Amino acid sequence: MQDHNKEQQSHGKPNKRREMTRRQFLSYTLGGTGGFMMSLPLIANLRFAVDPLLQPKAESDWVKVIDVEKITDTPTAVNFEKNVVDGWYESDKGFGAWISKDASGDVFALSPICKHLGCTVEWEKNVNYPNEYFCPCHAARYTKDGKNLAVAPAPLDEYDVKIENGSVYLSQIKPNTRVE
Amino acid sequence: MLKSVYNWIDERLDITPMWRDVADHEVPEHVNPAHHFSAFVYCFGGLTFFITVIQILSGMFLTMYYVDDIVNAYKSVDYLQHQVAFGVIVRGMHHWGASLVIVMMFLHTLRVFFTGSYKAPREMNWVVGMSIFFVMLGLGFTGYLLPWDNKAYFATQVGIQIAASVPYLGQYIETFLQGGEIVGAQTLTRFFALHVFFLPGALLALLGGHFFMIRKQGISGPL
Ligand code: HEM
Ligand code: FES
Repeated sequence: MQDHNKEQQSHGKPNKRREMTRRQFLSYTLGGTGGFMMSLPLIANLRFAVDPLLQPKAESDWVKVIDVEKITDTPTAVNFEKNVVDGWYESDKGFGAWISKDASGDVFALSPICKHLGCTVEWEKNVNYPNEYFCPCHAARYTKDGKNLAVAPAPLDEYDVKIENGSVYLSQIKPNTRVE
Repeated sequence: MLKSVYNWIDERLDITPMWRDVADHEVPEHVNPAHHFSAFVYCFGGLTFFITVIQILSGMFLTMYYVDDIVNAYKSVDYLQHQVAFGVIVRGMHHWGASLVIVMMFLHTLRVFFTGSYKAPREMNWVVGMSIFFVMLGLGFTGYLLPWDNKAYFATQVGIQIAASVPYLGQYIETFLQGGEIVGAQTLTRFFALHVFFLPGALLALLGGHFFMIRKQGISGPL
């Protein structure tokens, strides 16, 4: 490339505009075209691969689980089934919840899945720990609000709750909102 | 007969210099176990490659029966192991080889470390070697889910939870690996694709670089 420029200059016409050499022009156009042609399949494939990241979170149905009269200050266990879509499969999956009323009479529901390693917690499972959720696997304990007292690194998850016509409905599981 | 076939091709394509350049070089005394028995530590790299070849071959044959769908994956593995002739052996090779390849790779890495072979001018090959190490761990992780039994399912669940604990990016890594919100049908297809196409592809490219550099720089000198 340099030789080429020198050649031009030696002809007595100073190359002030720094014109592009033929070789530069060809490598830019060929490189650009090649890059463009490669980018189309690449973009399509990448978008295809990351699609799950860009999907909105699936809306969860409300499921009727128990009459509101049956809910007391002491947590009650409920089991219910929810329709779960897994790609091209649809199935009914079992869920559990512990439902109780707080001091101001509001109904709330906690997920029984231990935040340590995922075993199932139970209210007053261990006689030594009254008024607490206890996990039999590694002795994690939680308050009635789900606050983690031992072993577990986080409070129990909570369900979205709605009361309609005297029944309790549950849907999505979300991080605990009742403790700090 | 073979000789004349070779000569016939060589006359036309002049292939002798090509393989000479790749294969025809002296093994220095300090890496030859026939001279110093302790030089067997230099074999671990080759053994790692040998088992990698076994993994690739047995894996290719496993895919003749294996199905990456949550309803049929377990059944297909059960079938290929118990109904197909030599199924126990082919699956056994892949199953035990997966652990052995990690062991060999680890021993090879120890040899490189204690002979100081990672030092200049071979730093780049240490980096490539580490990349091979992580690709290999990836192959082990993605392969482990494929039989779709309880052990596979919950090992993957735990593994993905560990990945999800990465600060800030964790939840995106989790969704990307799972291909959705749960470990399910789309996780299995994803892991299968990674296990048999993407990671072996990356592995072969890295191995190519690894061997090219070894050939170019030679084996490191005696201690
Ligand atoms: C160095 C490379 C590889 C490693 C470390 C590896 C590792 C594994 C592991 C740990 C399993 C689970 C085996 C079990 O639980 O019994 C597995 C399964 C499987 N792998 Fe690989 N793999 C490798 C390469 C490949 C390749 C190249 C292919 C195909 C082209 C392949 C195809 C499969 C298939 C179809 C299965 C499911 C069948 C089964 O579980 O027995 N693998 N692999
Ligand atoms: S899983 Fe509950 S304490 Fe470990």
